[in-house]
Amino acid sequence: MTADFFQARGASKKKPEKEKVPISNPSLQPWVEKYRPESIDDVSSQEHIISVLQKTLSSTNLPHMLFYGPPGTGKTSTILALARQLFGPDNFRTRVLELNASDERGISIVREKIKNFARQTPRAETVASDGKKYPCPPYKIIILDEADSMTQDAQAALRRIMENYARITRFCLVCNYVTRIIEPLASRCSKFRFKPLDNSSARQRLEHIAAVEQIPVDHSVISALISTSSGDLRRAITYLQSAARLSSATNPPTPILPEDVQEIAGIVPDSIVRNFARTLGIDVPADGSGDEDIEMGDATNTITALRGFDLIRGTVRSLVREGYSASQILIQLHDIIVENPTLTGRQKSACALVMAEADKALCDGADEELWILEVALRVHKAITSNIV
Amino acid sequence: MLWVDDYRPKSLGDLHYHVRLSQRLKSLAASGDFPHMLFYGPSGAGKKTRISATLNELFGSGVEKLKIDQRVFLTPSRKKLDVNVVQSNYHIELTPSEVGNYDRVVIQEILKEIAQTQQVDVSARHRFKGDLPTFRPPRVMSNLSLTVVVINEADTLSRDAQAALRRTMEKYMTNLRIILCANSTSRLIAPIKSRCLLIRVAAPSHEEMLTVLNHVAKRAGAGSLPEDVADGIITDANGNMRKAILVFEAMKMQSPDLSNSPPIAKPDWETYCSKVADMIIQEQTPQRVMEVRAKLYELLSHCIPATIILKTVADRVVQKVDESLKADIMHWAAIYENRMRLGNKKIYHLEAWVVRVMSLYKQSFLGIEFADLDDLV
Repeated sequence: MTADFFQARGASKKKPEKEKVPISNPSLQPWVEKYRPESIDDVSSQEHIISVLQKTLSSTNLPHMLFYGPPGTGKTSTILALARQLFGPDNFRTRVLELNASDERGISIVREKIKNFARQTPRAETVASDGKKYPCPPYKIIILDEADSMTQDAQAALRRIMENYARITRFCLVCNYVTRIIEPLASRCSKFRFKPLDNSSARQRLEHIAAVEQIPVDHSVISALISTSSGDLRRAITYLQSAARLSSATNPPTPILPEDVQEIAGIVPDSIVRNFARTLGIDVPADGSGDEDIEMGDATNTITALRGFDLIRGTVRSLVREGYSASQILIQLHDIIVENPTLTGRQKSACALVMAEADKALCDGADEELWILEVALRVHKAITSNIV
Repeated sequence: MLWVDDYRPKSLGDLHYHVRLSQRLKSLAASGDFPHMLFYGPSGAGKKTRISATLNELFGSGVEKLKIDQRVFLTPSRKKLDVNVVQSNYHIELTPSEVGNYDRVVIQEILKEIAQTQQVDVSARHRFKGDLPTFRPPRVMSNLSLTVVVINEADTLSRDAQAALRRTMEKYMTNLRIILCANSTSRLIAPIKSRCLLIRVAAPSHEEMLTVLNHVAKRAGAGSLPEDVADGIITDANGNMRKAILVFEAMKMQSPDLSNSPPIAKPDWETYCSKVADMIIQEQTPQRVMEVRAKLYELLSHCIPATIILKTVADRVVQKVDESLKADIMHWAAIYENRMRLGNKKIYHLEAWVVRVMSLYKQSFLGIEFADLDDLV
């Protein structure tokens, strides 16, 4: 076995061209990478930012930049596309340094790697092999992706570096939460806020991808994708790819259904959440079956309250057994409560208070079952007590 | 070997429940590639079994040849970390949360290393295919070099470690697939969730558990399983298949014929917990608090997780008290459980909860309100 192993390894060493064999089949590439915009014009939505960047592209002058916004809105895509347009594929390697949270980024890295790269004079422009002309301005770009996970110290160490080498190096910080970037850094950059994608441009992009990949998708599927991903295009594309894989893998290929998308996204089915809400005494616009329950709840309030505990606990147990995530249940229950027309403002605020507490607790890692139960009981209390 | 391990289904076809899910995993495996996956569900629902079955489907029986390695990682501050790693030619399995706060280092090192050692793997696979034709050839995967990293207890990963996973998951997509295994998705950051195909493994239903138990009984040659015994086991296990099979085996050891329906062997700590609950309800005095405290210490010193103690005792207390008190007791259980996680000394919070319950109980019993205790909140 071992002998074999070394032989095989030796063989591959003798033939170095073997290593060059593209190990990734393009059809297996994640679509998120495959359909990353090539140029900044392709970036969906974000017109304002694009128009500003277009100007910098034509003047080939770039400030330090700070991109912030929710995930999946195209921050990394924009800066990568911009860098590619500035330098072209051949200079890209030598002129751009991309660092993200999966790389070690402590203060030592800032002092060594980033500083070394920043102080290098940019290498001479190589002629673009694809025959196009690139502006290739005389500076390098350092992209610090997910910059909000850098430590305060590391950020502080960046301050002076950014100023000292501003002539030959531009920084682009990319982050979700601008508040986690220390003020001195933020003030050195021009800030660009990426807003969540609006539905029409997300739809356009998804339809484009579906068309190129030749997947038959329904209007309803795209709507489901958009609603489950809430403005996060990357999530929508990942879901689309997963759904497409699942559907094409079955024999014979089945069309994608909106329910598949929901299952992939880990959303609790609506009917289950509605039932849960009904157990808590919320008057949910019913599909037909649950109506009588609610009327009874109103009339004999005390009785439901008395047998309420075991009923609620049973429901919570079964929810937990089904493996639904507590935070997801909370989100969906919250939607139901907030949009419910029959509840008073007071009741809704009481529920909101509970949910906020529960969310905090869950983030701290508290026990899921206990907290779903807690939310259920207190929501139930808030709703039944105020009806009287 | 224990029955649980012995009769664990090896392939997706052998799985008894969640047929639709198995079908999906099968078709994913058949298509030759799969996205990163996140298996989540309550413990004992069969997440691990499904992961290993999927791997089996993908790579053939080669994945069952496991070796255990102890790897040493060095933190930036030169601290040595020992991590146990289980690996085969095709996959590697690790539990980074073992090392607590340093899990980020482990994740970064391991994933980078794997991403860089791909060529060896390709040749290994070629060799595998050429020299050992008797094995089921890795069907579709042969032209594709993939290493699968299975990360257990992903929900206990620190934020840093999760952030470290983010970009790595995209960057090394060409030769690396990550399978995360977690109890819940609440503690995972959104960027990780959006990069994975979420696979929910729900706990089996009553009937499904019955089928599995009967199957195990048949395989083990234990004869037929009386219905009432099976019912008892299933109710006790509360959706935890592993527990059900373990209890079943234990019972079988005690009385081989199972005919006189032996009582379900409850673990010692459970009986101990219900004793604590009874004590709380019987008497509400400072002396009693001291006694309860001794018992709680005993439980903690036997390494029973404080959360489980609290939940079990609360469950038991709630069964015995008046309906109007139930909600409050659970409320305080939730609050103190959360504080326990944030705090350092578990016993403080357990005791606080005990005192709280006692005071609530006494108040409702005597029909008076101790206003001052509520002011403390």
